[in-house]
Amino acid sequence: MSKYKWLVPTIYIIFLMLPIYWLLNMSFKTTTEIINTYSLWPQQFTLDNYKKIFTDSTWYNGYLNSIYYVVMNTLISVSAALPAAYAFSRYKFLGDKHLFFWLLTNRMAPPAIFALPFFQFYSSINLFDTHIAVALSHCLFNIPLAVWILEGFISAVPKELDETAYVDGYSFWRFFLKIFIPTITAGIGIAMFFCFMFSWVELLLAKTLTAVAAKPIAATMTRTVSTSGYELGLLAAAGSLTIVPGAFVIYFVRNYIAKGFALGRV
Amino acid sequence: MSKISLNNLSHSYLDQQNNDQDWALRDIDLEWSNGGAYALLGPSGCGKTTLLNIISGLLRPTKGEVFFDEKKITHLSPVERNIAQIFQFPVIYDTMTVFDNLAFPLRNRGFSEDKIKARVKEIAEMLDLSQTLYNRASGLTADGKQKISLGRGLVRSDVNVIMFDEPLTVIDPHLKWILKSKLKELHQEINRTMIYVTHDQTEALTFADQVVVMHEGQLVQKGTPVELFEKPKHTFVGHFIGSPGMNILSCELINGKANFSGAAIEIENKPISHKTYSKTQIGIRPEFVSFSNTGIAVKVLKVNDAGRHKIIDIECDGGKLKMISSVATTIPSGTAYVKFNSKYTYVYGDDRIVEK
Amino acid sequence: MRKTVNQKAWFFVLPVFVLVAFNAAIPLMTVINYSFQETFGDNVFFWEGTRWFKQILQSDRFHGALGRQFLFTFIILIIQVPLGIAIALSMPKKGMGVSVCLVLMSMPLLIPWNVVGAMWNIFALPEIGFLGHSINALGIDYNYTQQPLAAWFTTILMDVWHWTSLVVLLSYAGLCAIPDAYYQAAKIDGASRWSIFRHIELPKMNKVLTIAILLRFMDSFMIYTEPFVLTGGGPGNTTAFLSIDLVKMALGQFDLGPAAAMSLIYFFIVLLICWVFYNLMMRHEEQS
Repeated sequence: MSKYKWLVPTIYIIFLMLPIYWLLNMSFKTTTEIINTYSLWPQQFTLDNYKKIFTDSTWYNGYLNSIYYVVMNTLISVSAALPAAYAFSRYKFLGDKHLFFWLLTNRMAPPAIFALPFFQFYSSINLFDTHIAVALSHCLFNIPLAVWILEGFISAVPKELDETAYVDGYSFWRFFLKIFIPTITAGIGIAMFFCFMFSWVELLLAKTLTAVAAKPIAATMTRTVSTSGYELGLLAAAGSLTIVPGAFVIYFVRNYIAKGFALGRV
Repeated sequence: MSKISLNNLSHSYLDQQNNDQDWALRDIDLEWSNGGAYALLGPSGCGKTTLLNIISGLLRPTKGEVFFDEKKITHLSPVERNIAQIFQFPVIYDTMTVFDNLAFPLRNRGFSEDKIKARVKEIAEMLDLSQTLYNRASGLTADGKQKISLGRGLVRSDVNVIMFDEPLTVIDPHLKWILKSKLKELHQEINRTMIYVTHDQTEALTFADQVVVMHEGQLVQKGTPVELFEKPKHTFVGHFIGSPGMNILSCELINGKANFSGAAIEIENKPISHKTYSKTQIGIRPEFVSFSNTGIAVKVLKVNDAGRHKIIDIECDGGKLKMISSVATTIPSGTAYVKFNSKYTYVYGDDRIVEK
Repeated sequence: MRKTVNQKAWFFVLPVFVLVAFNAAIPLMTVINYSFQETFGDNVFFWEGTRWFKQILQSDRFHGALGRQFLFTFIILIIQVPLGIAIALSMPKKGMGVSVCLVLMSMPLLIPWNVVGAMWNIFALPEIGFLGHSINALGIDYNYTQQPLAAWFTTILMDVWHWTSLVVLLSYAGLCAIPDAYYQAAKIDGASRWSIFRHIELPKMNKVLTIAILLRFMDSFMIYTEPFVLTGGGPGNTTAFLSIDLVKMALGQFDLGPAAAMSLIYFFIVLLICWVFYNLMMRHEEQS
C-alpha cells in the first residue's frame, strides 16, 4: 500500500492545477476562439490579452493599486502587532485574556456586516477611494492574526534573553530592535506572509471602499464581465496575472515553510 | 535470550562515501553473550545510537551482518527480532491508561485478555506502577513515563534483548539514582541481555558488567569497568574515563624504551613494536603518580582539595600533569620529584597502546 | 512562561487596540444604531425598537439563508477535514518532494477570491469549461446556472479545491512535529498502521486540527466572494448563503434597518460558536 502512497498527493495536485491550467489556456486564446471552439490548448496562440492589460492603464493600475494597499497593510499590521504580541507573551495585565479573545473575535467577524458601515464611515472622514482606507480596514482581521502568530514565536524565545539584556545595560527599545527582533525573523516572515495573503485575496471590503483611484484589480475584473460583455480571454489573462504575486511569494518562502514545519510550530 | 554477534558492521547515512568522516560506523566486530548487562559508552556523535538502532532493526546497515545466536537477522524487522527499546525521552501513548500502555504490545500480538491482565499486573508490581495502573499515562512524571516505556519492553516474555538509548536524559537528578538502581535490580531479577547506551561514564560503569567504548564510529575498547580504568587501550579511553582523566603527554620511543621529560621511564608492559608512529605518547592516570625522592623533576602549581583526596597540578619539562594523592600527603615545597607506577604506565603510538 | 505583572504593557498594546477598535467599534456602533431605527433618507431616523430583529428572526428568507449556510458549512467540514488529514498523511516527510508538494498545494490559497470564483465560473460552464464539458460528455446533464443541485455541487467542489490545502498544511505541520521515536516504538510494539494513526498521530495533531476546524468553520460560515462570483446566489436564491443575502439587503436594497439587525444576529451566532470552540480548546489545554 505504501508503494502507491505518492499517488494521493499527485492526484490532488493535478486536481489543483486543472482549473489554473484552464485559466491559462483561455488567457492565450481570443474570446471568439473560446466561445466557438472547445480545445485543451490554444489553437491560435495569442498574446493580445496580455498586451491589452500591460498597456491599458485601467488594467495595470488595478494591479498596482492592489499591491500598494496590500504592502501598506502588511507593514502597518506587523509593526503594530509586534509590541502587542510581546506584551501578551511576557506580561500579565488587567484584561489581557479578554483583550486577546476580543482580538480573535475580530478575525471571526463576517466582513459582510462591515461592508455598509465601513462604506459610510470612510466616506464620512473623506477616505473613500484611497489605498489607506483599504489598508486600514484590512487591519481588522490581519492584526489579530499577526498578533496570534507573533505571540507564538515570541513565547518560544526564553525570557532569560530579555533579562540578560537588561543586566547588560540595554535600554528596552535598543534591546527590542537590536537583539530581540533578529531572533524572531522567522515569525515575522510568517506573519507578513499571512497578512499579505489575506489582504491580497480579500475582495468585498476592497471593492466597497474604492471607486476609481484606488480600485483593485479584482474590481476591474468584475467590471469587464458586466459592461463589455463576456471578454473571456481578457478576463482569463487578468486572472492569471493575479496568481503571479502569490506564486512568487510562495516560491521565495518555500524554504521557510519547509523549515517551519520541521520545527513543528504552526 | 540471545548471544549477539556483530560482524564487520559499517554504516553510512550518505549515499556515497569518500572518506572516513562519511561513515557513522566503521568495521565493528563485537560479541555479547547471553544475559549480560552491557554499556555502549562514548561522546555524542560517536555512533552509539546508530549501532543500537542497527541491533534493534530500526536501521539497516550499509555493510556487515548482525546475528542473534547463530541466526542472521540483519534484514529482519524489529518485531521479528523480539527486542525492546527505551528511548531518550519517554514514549507513551497519551490517550491510554498505564494499564493499556503496558498491554499494548501483547494485544497487538493477539494474547488473551486474561494472560494480558496477569502479565501487566506482574510487570507493574516489578516497576512500582501498581498504584497508578488505571490512571491516564499522560499524567505521570517523566520517570514514571520512562518506567512505562520500560514496562512495555518487559511485558513480552519472549524478549531477547532490551536496549536503552540514554534513558535518563530527561529525568530529574535526584530521581536518576532511583531509576538507575531499579534498572540494576531488574537485570538481576529477569536476567535478560541489556544494552545501555550513554555518554555518562558513571552510568555506564555502575550499570554494566562490560563496557564498550566508542569513538568516531569505531570500537575502541571492550572490557570490564576495572579493565578500562586500569589499562586503557586507546588514549580516548584514557581521557574519557576517570575524573580527572589520564595524563597523556608526548614522549619518545627509542628501542622499546620510553623517554619522557629527559628521563627514561620504567614500563612493565614493555612497549616493543616494529612500527613507526607519527606520534608517541605516554599515559599515566593521576591516581598512579606519586611523590618520591628521585624521579622526574616537577614544580607544584596548585593544590585542589577535593574532599576525599587532593588533586595536584604539577608541571615538568614534558608538560603539565595532574596527580591525585591522599589527604594526608605532605606537599613538598620548591622542586619536587614524582614517579610513575610502572605497572600502570603505558605508551601509545598514534593513540593506540603499544605492547608486545 | 512566568509572566510579570505590568500594567504599563497597555502601551504596547495600544496601537493594536486603537487600529482594531477603530475598525470594529465604530461600524458596530453604526450597525447597532441602524438596527433599532428606520430611515427614509436625508439622515432622518425614527426609533423602531426591536421591530427589525423580530422581522428578521421570523422571516422565511432569513431562515432559508441560515439553513443553507449551516448545510453548506456542515458538508464542507465533513469533506475537507478527513480529506486534508488523509492527504497530509500521504505526503513525504523528507526529501525534494516536500518543497514541491508544499508550494503547489499552497497555490489555491493565494489566489484572490474573486479570481477563484471567476475561474470556476468558466471552468464549470457546460460549453467552454473543462469540467462542464467533461461532465456533459459523460452523459450527465449538468448546468450549474440553472440547476440548484449542480450549483451546490460546483460551489462545494470549488470550496474543496480552494481550501482543503489549508487543512493539509496544518495537519502536515502537526505530523512533522511528531518525533521519530514514537514511530520507532510503535514498530517495536507491533502496532498496525491504523493503531499508529489512532494512538499516536491523531492525538498529537489535536491542537492543529482544532485550529483547522475552527478556521474552516468560521471562513465557510462567512463566505461571500467565491460563491457570489460563481453563482451570484442562484439559480434563484438556492446558493444564497448568509453573507450574500446580507450584502444584497444592505448594499443592494439599502434596507438599512433589517440589514443591520441581520448583521447583529449573524455576528452573534458566529461569536457564540466561537466562544464554545474557545472554551473547548482551553479545557483541552488544561487537561493535558
